[in-house]
Amino acid sequence: MTTILTILFDGIAYGMLLFVLACGLAVTLGLMNFVNLAHGAFAMAGGYVCAVLVNSQGWPFFAALPLAFVSSAAIGVLLERTLYRHLYTRSHLDQVLFTIGLVFMSVAAVDYIMGSSRIFIKLPAVLEGQLDVFGVGVGRYRLMIIVICGLLTLLLQLVLARTRFGSRLRAAVDDPRAASGLGINVPQVFAFTFAFGCGLAGLGGALSAEILGLDPYFPLKFMIYFLIVVTVGGSSSITGPFLASLLLGIGDVAGKYYVPKMGPFVIYTIMIVILIWRPNGLFGRTAAR
Amino acid sequence: MTVQRDVGTFARSHANWHWSEIAFWALALGCAFLFPSRFLIMTDIVRLALFAMSLDLILGYAGIVSLGHAAFFGVGAYGAGLLALHGIITEPVLALVVAGLAATIVGFLTSFLVIRGVDLTRLMVTLGIALLLEALAERYSNITGGTDGLQGIEMAPVFGLFAFDMFGKTAFFYALAVLFVLFLAARRIVHSPFGLSLRAIKNNPLRAAAVGVPVNRRLIAIYTLASFYAGIAGALFTQTTQLASLDVFAFERSADLMLVLVIGGTGYLYGGLIGAVAFRMLQEFFSNITPQYWQFWIGLVLVVIVLVGRARLHRWALFVPNLIIRQFAGGKAVVAVPESDAS
Repeated sequence: MTTILTILFDGIAYGMLLFVLACGLAVTLGLMNFVNLAHGAFAMAGGYVCAVLVNSQGWPFFAALPLAFVSSAAIGVLLERTLYRHLYTRSHLDQVLFTIGLVFMSVAAVDYIMGSSRIFIKLPAVLEGQLDVFGVGVGRYRLMIIVICGLLTLLLQLVLARTRFGSRLRAAVDDPRAASGLGINVPQVFAFTFAFGCGLAGLGGALSAEILGLDPYFPLKFMIYFLIVVTVGGSSSITGPFLASLLLGIGDVAGKYYVPKMGPFVIYTIMIVILIWRPNGLFGRTAAR
Repeated sequence: MTVQRDVGTFARSHANWHWSEIAFWALALGCAFLFPSRFLIMTDIVRLALFAMSLDLILGYAGIVSLGHAAFFGVGAYGAGLLALHGIITEPVLALVVAGLAATIVGFLTSFLVIRGVDLTRLMVTLGIALLLEALAERYSNITGGTDGLQGIEMAPVFGLFAFDMFGKTAFFYALAVLFVLFLAARRIVHSPFGLSLRAIKNNPLRAAAVGVPVNRRLIAIYTLASFYAGIAGALFTQTTQLASLDVFAFERSADLMLVLVIGGTGYLYGGLIGAVAFRMLQEFFSNITPQYWQFWIGLVLVVIVLVGRARLHRWALFVPNLIIRQFAGGKAVVAVPESDAS
C-alpha cells in the first residue's frame, strides 16, 4: 500500500513537472498549430541559467528560479520576433525542419559552453530529505514541485478563463482574422503567449534538473514526452494536457517500478494506441487544423 | 479528348530518359575511378542516397511527413546483421532482399497507423514507432547485442564471386549497383499511373478521392514500398560496415535524412542522391573545422534553408545550370525545380 502511494506521489510530481514543461508547447502546437520541436531547448536554457546562478554565482535557489523563467522568456520573445513569426503560415514540414535545426544548434552550443556531462543544481538544505506522512515517505523536493506547479496550473486556468488577455488569446486562436478585425493585436498576443510558454518551460527546466537530469541532450531526450502531453491531451483546453501529463507521469513511474525491463516501451505503445483511437487527443474537442 | 492526350504526352515526355540523367549516372560510376582512395565515404554516400530516395517516395510523392523513417532502416540493418551472423543466409544479395522484406512487413503493418489522422498525428506515430523499435531492440539485447551492437559479422562474397575487400572497392560497386537497380524501379513506379495518382493525392486528397483514386490503399502501397527501400538501405549499411548497433534507430538518423532531402529537393528522385552528396560533403567540411560541434552548423544550415525558403534556394542553385541548358539546348530548362511540399 505504501509503495503504491509513493509511486502515486512521485508520479504526480513528475506529471506536474511535465505539465509545466510542456504547457507552453500546448499553446504553440495545439492552439497556434505550430510544430515546435525545439521547445525542450527553452527548458534547457532555463535549467542552465539556474545552474550557473546557483552553482557559480552563489545565488539562493529560490531567487534563481524566477530568473530562469525570465531568461527563457526573453530568449523566447527574441526568437519569436526574429525567426518564428515568419513560419506560422508555412507548411508543417518547414516548421519541423526549422525547429530540428534549432535543437541541433542548441545541443551543440550548450555542449560547447557547458560541457557534455550532466550537471546538478545545489539545493538548499530545506529541500533535501523526506517527510513522513502517515508512513509514506514524501520527498521534500517533490512536494515543493507539486505545490509550485499546482499553483501555476490554477493561475493559468484563471488567466485563460477569467481575464481579458485570456479571452483575447482564445479569440485569436479561434479565428485570427476575425479577432484582428475586432481590434485585437493578434501577433502581439501570440508573441506574449509564446514568451510566457517559453518562460514556463525554463522554470520547468530549472526544477527538473534534479529529477530528469540536465545535460545538453535534454531537448532531444524529452521532446517525445512534451509531444505526447500535447497530442494525447488535446489542445482545446489547459485541462487536457494537465490530465495527460499526470497520466504520463504516473504511468512512467509505475512502469519503471513494476516492469523496469520494458522501459519506455509501455509509454510509446499507449501513445500510439491513443492516437489511433482518438487522433485529436483524449480530451480534444475540435479537429486539429 | 485533347486534354487527355495532352496529359498523356506530358506524363510520357517526363518519363523519357534525358541525357543529363545518363550523365549523372556515368559521373557516379566515374567517381569510382576518379577517387580510388575514397571508397568508404563514397559507399556511405550511396547508402544515404538510397535511404533518402526511400523518404522521397513518401514525402515527395505522397506528402507523408515522417520523423521515424529510421525504423525501417534499423529493421533492415538488424535483419541483414542477424542473417549473416547466424549464417542463415550467407549470400549477400539474397540476404539483402530478405532483410528488405522484413522491413516491408513492418512497414505494411504500421502503414495502417500512419494513414490515419492529420500531419501532427503522423509525425507522432512515425516517431513513436521508431522509438518503440529502439526500445524493443534495447530490451532484447540478447538478440540485438544491446548498446554494443552486433559484432563479428562476416560477409560472404557477393554471388560467391566478389569478396569484400578491406579498401571497400567491392562494397562500393555492390552498393552502387543496388542503388541503380532500385532507382530504375522507383523511376518506373513514379512515372506510372500509380505514381501520378500519388501526386494527385499529395496535392489534394479530397479531389483525388473524388476522381476515383483509392487514397488509403495507394498510401499504404507507397508507404510499404518506401519501407522496403529503407530496409534495403539499412541492410546495405550492415553489410558494408559489418556493424549494426542501436543507433540505427536513432532520431538523429531520421532528422539528418530530412536535411538530406531538403538540400536535394523532393519529388524528382534525384533530390535524395544529390542531397546525400551535398550533405556528406557539408558534414565532412564542418567536422574538419569543429570536430565535436559539427551538429551546430548542420542545424544552422537547416534553419537558413527554411528561412530563405526551399523553393527559392533551389531556383538560385539551378540558375546557372538552367542558363547553360537554355543556351545550348534552346528549349526550356530541363533541371526540374522541385514542387512545393504539401502542407
